[in-house]
Amino acid sequence: MSVTRLLARLGRQVLAALAAIGRVAIFAVEAVSHLLRPPFYLKEFWQAVLHIGYFSLPMVGMTALFTGGALALQIYAGGARFSAESVVPSIVAIGMARELGPVLGGLMVAARVASSIAAEIGTMKVTEQIDALTTLSTHPMKYLTMPRVLAATLSVPVLVAVGDSIGIFGGYLVGVNRLGFNGATYLQNTRDFLEFWDIASGLWKGAAFGFIVAVMGCYHGMHSGRGAQGVGRATKSAVVSASVLILATNYLLTEVFFSA
Amino acid sequence: MITLDGVHKSFGANRVLRGVNLTIPTGESMVIIGGSGTGKSVLLKCILGLVHPDSGTIAVDGKDAGTAARDAFLARFGMLFQGGALFDSLPVWQNVAFRLLRGSLKRPKAEARDIAIDKLRRVGLKPETADLFPAELSGGMQKRVGLARAIAAEPEIIFFDEPTTGLDPIMAGVINELIREIVTEMGATAMAITHDMSSVRAIADHVAMLHDGIIQWTGPVSEMDATSDPYVQQFINGRAEGPIEAVR
Repeated sequence: MSVTRLLARLGRQVLAALAAIGRVAIFAVEAVSHLLRPPFYLKEFWQAVLHIGYFSLPMVGMTALFTGGALALQIYAGGARFSAESVVPSIVAIGMARELGPVLGGLMVAARVASSIAAEIGTMKVTEQIDALTTLSTHPMKYLTMPRVLAATLSVPVLVAVGDSIGIFGGYLVGVNRLGFNGATYLQNTRDFLEFWDIASGLWKGAAFGFIVAVMGCYHGMHSGRGAQGVGRATKSAVVSASVLILATNYLLTEVFFSA
Repeated sequence: MITLDGVHKSFGANRVLRGVNLTIPTGESMVIIGGSGTGKSVLLKCILGLVHPDSGTIAVDGKDAGTAARDAFLARFGMLFQGGALFDSLPVWQNVAFRLLRGSLKRPKAEARDIAIDKLRRVGLKPETADLFPAELSGGMQKRVGLARAIAAEPEIIFFDEPTTGLDPIMAGVINELIREIVTEMGATAMAITHDMSSVRAIADHVAMLHDGIIQWTGPVSEMDATSDPYVQQFINGRAEGPIEAVR
């Protein structure tokens, strides 16, 4: 009897998880469908670009700078075990462009942007602003979700590109000032070993992560519960789900892009 | 004319509306009264299509609200929300002129701003208010801005959701008078939901009492005090004893 109850509980949880995945998927498809149908709210799009992209630059830049520096130190220490210290510039560049730039950038944007989108839209929901939008003949998905999803999908790759550059620069600073590399040689090594696809794959990942961040922020905001507790829970769920999805998507995209 | 026929709505096991029948004639002001949690807001949201009824029909001028073209249908309505529901990110004038800045009713920006300032003046707010943000306004001013937004596009039908909730009695009286004046001069059909009896007496031509998911009584406001309906008598006199169960 207790085994049956256990299985029933497990089954309920699996069904609930599948239903949640289905709801998010339908929400994402609806958001994308609004990209193809007018009206388009350009002012809201540019505001979202400003908030999601431009205002995230300092945070992403600082993260990349310190990560690039730490990466150079680690690779130097690890490489010294088999006399391969010279690989520092190339591994820093490849590591930043392929993995750390997009993943850390995506996670930092998830922390900053998914939370703020969920809190803003959640508050709009509990104060009836979403209902007010509808009564004013404005589709909330079109006015709130579509500009944010499009802005995040286009902005995060730019943030990743900037983050990659700053990360590589962080590695350069540590390599030249702490580890004794020659500046010109460091840059030459970086250029020689970095390929176009290393950078492009990171930018594609950035676009996917931006899409995830905005969709999860909007979804949890639109489905926020009542009151401050409901908005708080929506904010937390947006950050957690966006972060986990970014890491899972990163693995999948790495398999797709780089599996032999 | 707005006609509701056998409207049912449940949320899970909670049967909120259990067959609402109601007619609101064109140009009349109907106030729905009833206790908290009796489904007044749900009823209003069903008419606007924000909540979909489980069964029954809602018609506006004979056209089914569920199948009418959404934009054209909603363009006929203005709504004052309980908490104002002003958009925090927009200045007051853009809140008021929201419908005039986008969609089928779009006007040039300068013209929309002029209309917004005119409507703000109509609800007793100075033009300087136009560039403030909603967070900088008092509760009474937010209600006035909400009212200005509701009438900005000259709607044929205006809904008021608890228009005086959270206001002091004097400000509540001012808002009630404003609503009455505006509805009369626009010739609009109005529907308000409230449990504030001063609002009922100031705004209503007709009153309907919602209880247990159905309209228990409806009639002209002039007959409300004299009716023998025990639900209405208990409600308007605020008695704890009567057919409406009061939780102590």
